[in-house]
Amino acid sequence: MEPSKRHKLSASARREARWGLLFLSPWLIGFLVFTLVPMVASLLFSFTDFNLLRPDEVHFVGLKNYRHLLHDPLVEQSMLVTLRFILISVPVGMLFPLLLATLLNAKRLKGKPFLRTLFYMPYIVPMISAAYIWRGFLGTTDGWLNKGLAVLGIKGPDWWNSPRWIYPALVLAGLWGVGNAMLTMLASMQGVPTELYEAAKVDGATPIHTFRHITLPMISPVLFYNLVLILIGTFQYFLLPWVIKGPNGDPGGATMFYNLYLFKTAFPYSDMGYGATLAWVLFFIILLVTLFLFGTAKYWVYYPSEEV
Amino acid sequence: MVSGKMKRFTAAALLTLFAFTLLTAYLSPFAYMTSTAFKDLHQFSRPDAPLWPAQEKSFTWEGKEYPLYHVPFEDGERILALVKKGREESLFVDPQNPEAGEIRWEGRWRTLEPVWEFSPRWENFPEAWEAIDFPRLFRNTLIIATVGMIGTLLSSIAVAYGFARFRIPGKKVLFVILIATIMLPRQVTLIPTYAFFARIGWTGTWLPLIVPHFFANAYNVFLLRQYFLTIPRELDEAAMIDGASPLRVLLSVILPLSIPAIVSVGIFHFIWAWNDYFEPYLYLATKPELQPISVGIQQFNALYSNQPHMIQATALMGLLLPVIIFFLAQRAFMRGVVITGVEK
Repeated sequence: MEPSKRHKLSASARREARWGLLFLSPWLIGFLVFTLVPMVASLLFSFTDFNLLRPDEVHFVGLKNYRHLLHDPLVEQSMLVTLRFILISVPVGMLFPLLLATLLNAKRLKGKPFLRTLFYMPYIVPMISAAYIWRGFLGTTDGWLNKGLAVLGIKGPDWWNSPRWIYPALVLAGLWGVGNAMLTMLASMQGVPTELYEAAKVDGATPIHTFRHITLPMISPVLFYNLVLILIGTFQYFLLPWVIKGPNGDPGGATMFYNLYLFKTAFPYSDMGYGATLAWVLFFIILLVTLFLFGTAKYWVYYPSEEV
Repeated sequence: MVSGKMKRFTAAALLTLFAFTLLTAYLSPFAYMTSTAFKDLHQFSRPDAPLWPAQEKSFTWEGKEYPLYHVPFEDGERILALVKKGREESLFVDPQNPEAGEIRWEGRWRTLEPVWEFSPRWENFPEAWEAIDFPRLFRNTLIIATVGMIGTLLSSIAVAYGFARFRIPGKKVLFVILIATIMLPRQVTLIPTYAFFARIGWTGTWLPLIVPHFFANAYNVFLLRQYFLTIPRELDEAAMIDGASPLRVLLSVILPLSIPAIVSVGIFHFIWAWNDYFEPYLYLATKPELQPISVGIQQFNALYSNQPHMIQATALMGLLLPVIIFFLAQRAFMRGVVITGVEK
């Protein structure tokens, strides 16, 4: 009786697994065809001189692409541009939505649903439209920001043509991309149990203390999630400056981001072997940074469920 | 007691004032876009012109048009029409009282401030509409976004159902891999994928922009799975006992209860596809007749970079539909963001 019952159970379990796999199959196939195989292919490409202009003459070149990469001044320059931009834009990209979420979470604020919807809305604007709007808004003579500064007696900078001011300009334009971060931080703040705040109040904690020791730890998983996404995203940044400033990295190489160099190598120049090398090196750097972040998580990210 | 109430009210008022000021600053580029889109090209060459779309006001006197200026006199400023320009003194006519004849004013007329009148130039929109061939761009974008949306809905629903309801060996690992693909940089797969599409002749068609969406997307699967998990299993089991197959359970039990999540996913994809620029550019750069709106606007604006009013008119046309959809469906939209962003 026992063995046959077990056999019967495992037959139904197998039937269930078969159905499950059938439902998973679109993703399983898609993952193979559009993720796993291309990733491996990309790695293989990086050891060849594959060029899309002559796809039938592919040669194995060993580590030549990687050696070239180490001595390519544009790799170093574009990686430095990317890192410099990360240093400015990631803190702003975390702090600004945190400020907005804190503001929208304030008990005394009126018109919250209205404000939340409108602060989120720029996130919906197509990147192309946003690029042209910000290009004009930060225009040197016709832009509204410089006109406003002129009223205050300040001569506004030449935002898009100065290697010094282009990063602040890009960061300002990037403020329109904080919608998701703001919304997730806000939702997470709203999920903090009110008893914690009441207890802090009884203990006489100041609002800053409460924010630092209750709000921030309680929303740290969402902060972590957003930090990971924004860092990964900024390593790949190039589209907005490319649309505004064109493919040459103007002004003076300030917008020659790593990913722009990668894109130019692989597509206009069709050098897919070296392009794949650049892509894998970027992937590897991003992987290391992500793993490092996950490694630091245990020191500052608080997961309530782990304590249960 | 009263003063405490007063203090709280002041705090609320100040906080709300701050929030609305910040919002105004945050959205002011939209005002720039709208205002510029309605301007006449002529206005950009005038540094003294106002921020809003305006034209210099004029006055018709004895069959001729003369520009109006703010003219200062000892007893105050008057609005007069300049009829005869001179170096050190000019002749004006009072539009309120033209019969009084010419008024002599000493000073340089070039230092005077013209009278601007609000004058939106609506023709910019039909002109931009024609110039970018808006109906074609609109139709192309609509087809790419809608077919892709159907694809991602069909596939993501099936996959989410698989993850939510079936015991499959290695399911946990598969789910972690699925979530990890969110963090995978696109570049690492882009080059071979492009080479593959080029080899099978799909570059220069819509297929690379549509077909991959029939193989599910991690965000959408995650959102739908979270939703499916909230539906009581007893409902499935009751249907199973009545002899329903798993597919039947999905169609007649799960789907009718998951409309909000399905709507969220549909809107997400539609807006994402509407706004997507890079891949449509990559695959359709040489095929203007197939390009979606983002690529069409970019290609047009690259040619007309010295016409700010046309650029802002096209920017406005590009963002109108996604913004309208967002306002109509903001609840479903923002709930979806929260589910994918907070619960992970």
